[in-house]
Amino acid sequence: MVSVMAPVAGARARVEFDLERQSVRELNQFLHGDLAGVQEVLVKNPDGAHSIAVGMNAAVRVDIGGHAGYYAAGMNKFATVIVHGNAGPGVAENMMSGRVEVAGFASGGAGASAHGGLLVIRGDAGLRCGISLKGADIVVGGEVGSFSAFMAQAGRMVICGDAGDGLGDSLYEAVLYVRGKVRSLGADARLEPMGERDHAAVKELLAAAGLPHSSSEFKRIASGRTLYHWNADAKQSY
Amino acid sequence: MCGIVGLLLKDATLRPQLGELMVPMLIGMTERGPDSSGMAVFADAVAADRRKLSLYCAHPGFEWRAFEGAWVGEIGAAQFEVNSNHCIVTTTSGIAAAREWIAINHPQVQVLSAGRSIDLYKDLGLPVEVAERYGFQTLTGTHLVGHTRMATESAVTIENAHPYTAGEDWCLVHNGSLANPGSLRRKLEKLGERFESDCDTEGACRYLHWRLSSGETLEQAVEHAFSDFDGFFTFLMGTRDKLALVRDPFACKPAVVAETDDYVAIASEFRSLAKLPGVKHATVFEPKPAEVYSWSV
Repeated sequence: MVSVMAPVAGARARVEFDLERQSVRELNQFLHGDLAGVQEVLVKNPDGAHSIAVGMNAAVRVDIGGHAGYYAAGMNKFATVIVHGNAGPGVAENMMSGRVEVAGFASGGAGASAHGGLLVIRGDAGLRCGISLKGADIVVGGEVGSFSAFMAQAGRMVICGDAGDGLGDSLYEAVLYVRGKVRSLGADARLEPMGERDHAAVKELLAAAGLPHSSSEFKRIASGRTLYHWNADAKQSY
Repeated sequence: MCGIVGLLLKDATLRPQLGELMVPMLIGMTERGPDSSGMAVFADAVAADRRKLSLYCAHPGFEWRAFEGAWVGEIGAAQFEVNSNHCIVTTTSGIAAAREWIAINHPQVQVLSAGRSIDLYKDLGLPVEVAERYGFQTLTGTHLVGHTRMATESAVTIENAHPYTAGEDWCLVHNGSLANPGSLRRKLEKLGERFESDCDTEGACRYLHWRLSSGETLEQAVEHAFSDFDGFFTFLMGTRDKLALVRDPFACKPAVVAETDDYVAIASEFRSLAKLPGVKHATVFEPKPAEVYSWSV
């Protein structure tokens, strides 16, 4: 299930951090402390700093007012983190729950190894998006780079644009939905027919991301499961 | 890990501020490269019969004045601009003669670059220290290629610091690593290229220069590099009138570009671009893997 946090109405407490004057450590120590009564945190002048709002463990909303550097919102739990710009490598890596949104593009390894929650990237995602995905949902408004969803174990990815080379290489049980062209599929990834549950999943995720497409525009890619068991006859040629 | 910065000014009125705009970019890459820094600056070319050489000597007490006297006596008239451990010599006597004379008479002096447009600085230490030592803040020109190095495959020395140069008005900086620098080197040495360091990047610099010198376009040269280089790379390259950027097909090493009507700025990470004027309204993008991007002055 995807949980979408309702817009915060009449927030009791809105806290501002300005990374031009304050350090990321100060910000993160505040975010890791007692956030009782805090509903929104605004991070001004992020200017590509690393590790903004990593390790969140509270259902607050964090607005990053610009471009974020490496690992923004990594390990996120419960929080809604919105990057009002582009995100560097590893945004929402290892997310456990909550929601992370990127208004612009996300660099490589977006949502890597994420266990739960929803990652929405409105622009393009770089290479290795959703690598080793472990249960989270990822919606990309634009295209994804090569080697995305490599060894993805569980979770869903909705890709509204094109995908690069080697999509879904060595997939386990994650399922990918692609609207655009796929330059090439990775080993053991295969096109499968869209069933009712697939249409429902795509509709649910597009609605959660606020994207207008129809589920009928998407194709399903899942594991052929031929790599699940060792095949001595394959002689390492897949 | 290393940091890359590049800046090309489209608006000619900004040229006096090239250094001022670049210093925060270079310092922004300190965490990616605290071991050594370097900067290649391109300005309007000197007259066709002149050449500039950027020289470096590690000895703090090196007698540049005596060096100048000997040069003038033995090679001919030249202009000398000494800046800390560096000296830029402008000569009409030709690069080959100057290189040979330096190698024989002053082997402790290294030739960092040669050409009509390029000046090159590199030294050990944090970017902020190197920038202060050589007054990067006051550099002027049309475009530049800078690097902050975190040494991985060879020692922290001036020789192994970037940018690398080959021939005239050509330089390259590298974030990444090559696994076959030895075979590249053997191949190029047979073709007459002389190596001056142990760094994998020098092979890449000389390889691409060799291909360009044999008449290939940058796109053709890079296409060959994709099959001949075994490793990871983001390369930023500078010529008399161009900056060019390429990432390997796996794009393990980052790069981000910000472009406005006034400039094109390139860095490993956005945090190096964050202080540029007007960057909030710039077109910001990540270069795609295996594509050559270039911008002209």
